[in-house]
Amino acid sequence: MTEDTLQDAVLTTRLDKVLGWARKYSLFNYPFVTACCGMEYMATSSSHYDTDRFGAVFPRFSPRQADLLMVVGTVNHKQAPVLKRIYDQMCEPKWVVAFGVCATSGGFYQNYATVPGVDCVIPVDMYIPGCPPRPETVIDALMKLQERIQGQKQALV
Amino acid sequence: MAGSPAAVVSAGALAGVLAFLKDDPETGFAFLMDLAAADYLKFPSPRPGRFAVSYQLYSPKLGARLCVKAYLPAENPSLPTASGLWAGADWFEREAWDMYGIRFEGHPNLKRILMYEEFEGHALRKDYPLGRMQPLVPMRDAIDYEKVRQQSRRASNPS
Amino acid sequence: MPLGLEQKDPAAARAGEDEFRIEPTAINMGPSHPAMHGTIRLMLKLDGEKVVWADVEIGYLHRAFEKTVEHKTWNQAVPYTDRLNYCSPLINNVGYALAVEKLLGVEAPERCQYIRVIMSELSRVADHLTCIGASAMEMGAFTAFLYFIKAREYIWQLIEEVTGARLTISYTRVGGVTKDLPLNFGERFAFVAGKTREALAEVDALLSRNRIFLDRTRGVGVMPADRAVQYGFTGPMLRASGVDYDVRRNFPYLVYDRLRFEVPVATEGDNYARYRVRLEEMRQSLSIVEQALEGMPEGPVNVADPRVALPDKKDVYTNIEALMNHFKLLMPGHGIRPPAGEVYQAVEGANGELGFWVISDGSDRPYRVRVRPPCFALMSGLEEMIVGGQVADVIATFGSVNMIAGELDR
Repeated sequence: MTEDTLQDAVLTTRLDKVLGWARKYSLFNYPFVTACCGMEYMATSSSHYDTDRFGAVFPRFSPRQADLLMVVGTVNHKQAPVLKRIYDQMCEPKWVVAFGVCATSGGFYQNYATVPGVDCVIPVDMYIPGCPPRPETVIDALMKLQERIQGQKQALV
Repeated sequence: MAGSPAAVVSAGALAGVLAFLKDDPETGFAFLMDLAAADYLKFPSPRPGRFAVSYQLYSPKLGARLCVKAYLPAENPSLPTASGLWAGADWFEREAWDMYGIRFEGHPNLKRILMYEEFEGHALRKDYPLGRMQPLVPMRDAIDYEKVRQQSRRASNPS
Repeated sequence: MPLGLEQKDPAAARAGEDEFRIEPTAINMGPSHPAMHGTIRLMLKLDGEKVVWADVEIGYLHRAFEKTVEHKTWNQAVPYTDRLNYCSPLINNVGYALAVEKLLGVEAPERCQYIRVIMSELSRVADHLTCIGASAMEMGAFTAFLYFIKAREYIWQLIEEVTGARLTISYTRVGGVTKDLPLNFGERFAFVAGKTREALAEVDALLSRNRIFLDRTRGVGVMPADRAVQYGFTGPMLRASGVDYDVRRNFPYLVYDRLRFEVPVATEGDNYARYRVRLEEMRQSLSIVEQALEGMPEGPVNVADPRVALPDKKDVYTNIEALMNHFKLLMPGHGIRPPAGEVYQAVEGANGELGFWVISDGSDRPYRVRVRPPCFALMSGLEEMIVGGQVADVIATFGSVNMIAGELDR
């Protein structure tokens, strides 16, 4: 009987899948902008490239409201405790993107001041190469991250 | 020696010379453009002292620049502060202290500016290794630090 | 005991007042704060909305530029200079190249000098666009930001056509530039200049007489001329305070003495004056590029001196002298070797005087490269500009300083 009344109005799916779909298109990001990559971050999120088109990357400047931490630029040892603290303040589920080669590995700053990649401080899900990465690269990485979010086992809490 | 000329002044006479250059109506070096230190530890030709501090001055009145330089010994290098003459000297002197450990007597607030208080040593001295890190948070074990350090050493000294 | 205030002794009355006094509120801004484009920490004490005490802490982007460069060859240092003031990397490149050329005693060919002027001025426009756009956005004018970033995008595309990269371009080499301008540069520039002028006119109309913008910027963050000189301010900040100093005119380098341009000066020294000065400077810069394109001669873009410039690739592949020369310049322990000595070379960066104090010990690596970052002096004066004002004005004033952490902390 129910099948007759409802017909096409209901779509059956797995809970995991629908949660993944919701999560990947409502990414709120926290831009932890430190350095040169911030210029490309600005360009990427403004009208010319406009990452909002992908249902992702709406900047929220409070770590409590964000689920995607974008580490944009070089992190040095003075900055590292701040980054760690912001990561700890974010609620689960959360993802981290290392934007640019400095955040990935320290880039060509291999010296006493620079953290050789933010993965020494916090876990990272996606690395974007480039110094700084072109907006196209960033968009590509975001789409890959969305794919991954869709595919992963969704925590329900 | 190639390049721009510099007036070398003894550390004791520096305060008087700077005050004269700034306040005398005929010179009028109102701008302290830059205050920077250097470490001559590994310089091939001998210098009067291990450290040097240079003051780049500019006089709008004369339309001229002047570089005043003072050499300092390796032990306990110190100079009188110029922050009473130029407010901008405050931060420049803090940087020279942070990076080279040069003490500026009479400075109102001589503490580190670019590095953190926990940092030991003075990073720009020639005997501080380029790759010696002093992390504030424990590093995750994703990377073997000794290896990174060796790589960086190799990258900086290919010979 | 009768009640009444008149019976109280004055000291006790004052003590009672103290009990009800509001303690200043301490707040912390940064190093990761939405309005802090760049990493810097401000600690403020507020009495209500008024800032009564401030402390500025920098160093959150210290990347050891000066130490790293000591371990690189003279030309390998160029990419590091890109990342000093990353809003206008070309000016840093040019400043560094000029300093090393002064040490070596060589002068870049005339065409190269014109190219360097053109690229510096394009960079200056991009820098000012970012500065005004971002600071307007922080005051709520999001449209201005989008228009200016769009205009900057056109400039970056042009820069990419010339140098091969949008932002970190490493365009200059000691003794020249990496490559000549593309053939259609003039046409492309005319298009970009048109788009930029359009954006300037639009934002001028949107902001310059906007009630909210005026209230937020006029009379806010005032720096009088004598204090600005005390702090060693340079660039638009100094000129907005009424001191007429521009390195391009006072100590002409490259071919600036052959080009006609005005140095805009305002007298108020507030945020609005800085905005007006930057706006006018962009118009001047566009006109400088137009003049330079007209006056630019044909010719080589690198010095002919084989001790400095790499030989032509075609020669490297076909004759042994050029091949040896190529290796002599690139092998570790060989390369460019300026004579021992030191120079101070200043150029007009987008924020003011960008100085390079370079010491050579006669080897193939710099002994010491000191950068005089314009931001450093500006930021040391920030405390004075924000104390006594409202807490909301901190953002407006900080935006008008155009702090770039890359050159501030190096």
